[in-house]
Amino acid sequence: MKHLLSINDLDKDFAITILDTANEMARVSEGPVKKLPTLRGKTVVNLFAEDSTRTRISFEAAAKRLSADVINFTAKGSSISKGESLKDTAQTLQALGADAVVIRHPASGAAHRLAQGRWMNGTVINAGDGTHEHPSQALLDAYTIRKHLAGGKGDLKGLRVAIVGDILHSRVARSNVLLLTKLGAEVVLVAPPTLLPHEVQAWPVKISYDFNSVLPTVDAIIMLRIQQERMSDLYFPSDREYSTLFGINSERLALTKSGSILMHPGPMNRGLEISAEVADSAQSVVVEQVANGVSIRMAILYLFIAGSQELVNG
Amino acid sequence: MSAALTDADISRALTRISHEILERNSGSTSITILGIPTRGAHLGYRLAKIIEGIEGVPVQVGTLDITLHRDDLRLRAPRALMETVIPSIGIEGRTVVLVDDVLFSGRTIRSALDALGEVGRPERVQLAVLVDRGHRELPIKADFVGKNLPTSKSQSVKVHLLEHDGRDEVLIEGENS
Repeated sequence: MKHLLSINDLDKDFAITILDTANEMARVSEGPVKKLPTLRGKTVVNLFAEDSTRTRISFEAAAKRLSADVINFTAKGSSISKGESLKDTAQTLQALGADAVVIRHPASGAAHRLAQGRWMNGTVINAGDGTHEHPSQALLDAYTIRKHLAGGKGDLKGLRVAIVGDILHSRVARSNVLLLTKLGAEVVLVAPPTLLPHEVQAWPVKISYDFNSVLPTVDAIIMLRIQQERMSDLYFPSDREYSTLFGINSERLALTKSGSILMHPGPMNRGLEISAEVADSAQSVVVEQVANGVSIRMAILYLFIAGSQELVNG
Repeated sequence: MSAALTDADISRALTRISHEILERNSGSTSITILGIPTRGAHLGYRLAKIIEGIEGVPVQVGTLDITLHRDDLRLRAPRALMETVIPSIGIEGRTVVLVDDVLFSGRTIRSALDALGEVGRPERVQLAVLVDRGHRELPIKADFVGKNLPTSKSQSVKVHLLEHDGRDEVLIEGENS
């Protein structure tokens, strides 16, 4: 497998291999020397045509820990903001000798276009395309859940995960539904009907409009950000009403199962989908998700670009 | 094809290596045994068990995966990583005894020395192998050898261990040309 465009590109065994590899990468990140020679001589380009903090610095840290050369290419201050097409950008990257392109783009399908355009030879890694997918985020979420609730190995069978909020615009939700169910977890989506996509009936998930009744039944809760920048219409009457019905606060936190964890892909809208005291509570693993993100992205870069062919075991 | 080493040969070799390690290091208190997965890790745990039996005190033992330090990563498919287990006291100031099944080109051991540097700075590093088959490509030498097996480069040496393959034996495959 050459590119990581969608969770659908991964079978269950390979997804588990990525999580297992991340376990070992985490050990390196905790050690005294946070550097491996593994990708020496490889060039990784971070092509970010949309704002991002966490994902970009996470991929950058991951590539640097594996000794790859990193070139950051962001929309602002580059030829993308002058209207350069994806094709011309890709040909530039080819000329630079990029072994991998980590692409974040506001258009759904941009990563596929880049991978299938035959404009460049490198590996394409989707770091979020429009409202479509964000596979590395789903992998780091699955990694975080597995570490806390499944002993850090195997699949997620028997666990129940709630994904709460703006499912409609969320590539994080799409990738997470695909990956968590692939790994054997049960997924419940909690959202106002206006923020659920039409095709949700065909997804292998349960749907609830009553957050309070779901809280005591789940092992992990993934809160999604209300994406003001993608909301062209009115999806709910007011921020306060959304917050009252679908936000998590101290009273709701008290309803959760003991030992359950609370996640958020960031950036958080404190006071909207998550209250400040909950974001900073002991059950919140939001900061740890960032650290886990580096381990997962090291695993992805290693498995997709270190070698020359398909993965072998042993 | 006959076995170059039988299960009894392997068991005797490991017992002798254990005694040699103890003799060289005046006991087991300063040593940390690190086996290189997959089969070197099993041998490392076996050596630790034998040494514990002789000395009557627990031995520091773990595993060291060297995959990310290999010099042929570019040339072949990426491999799934194996588990690295470093004893909680670390390797700082310890005598690390690396354990592998077969010593051949020496490249695995070079990678292991690099991998150790990422974990800490041991006082010294020694190398124990079950089989030394020759054909070194790097200036590396084992301190403790179970059996020297002269082979030709076209042959392959297969080590089977109970924990991984269901039986203990060492086989040489292919013609000696």
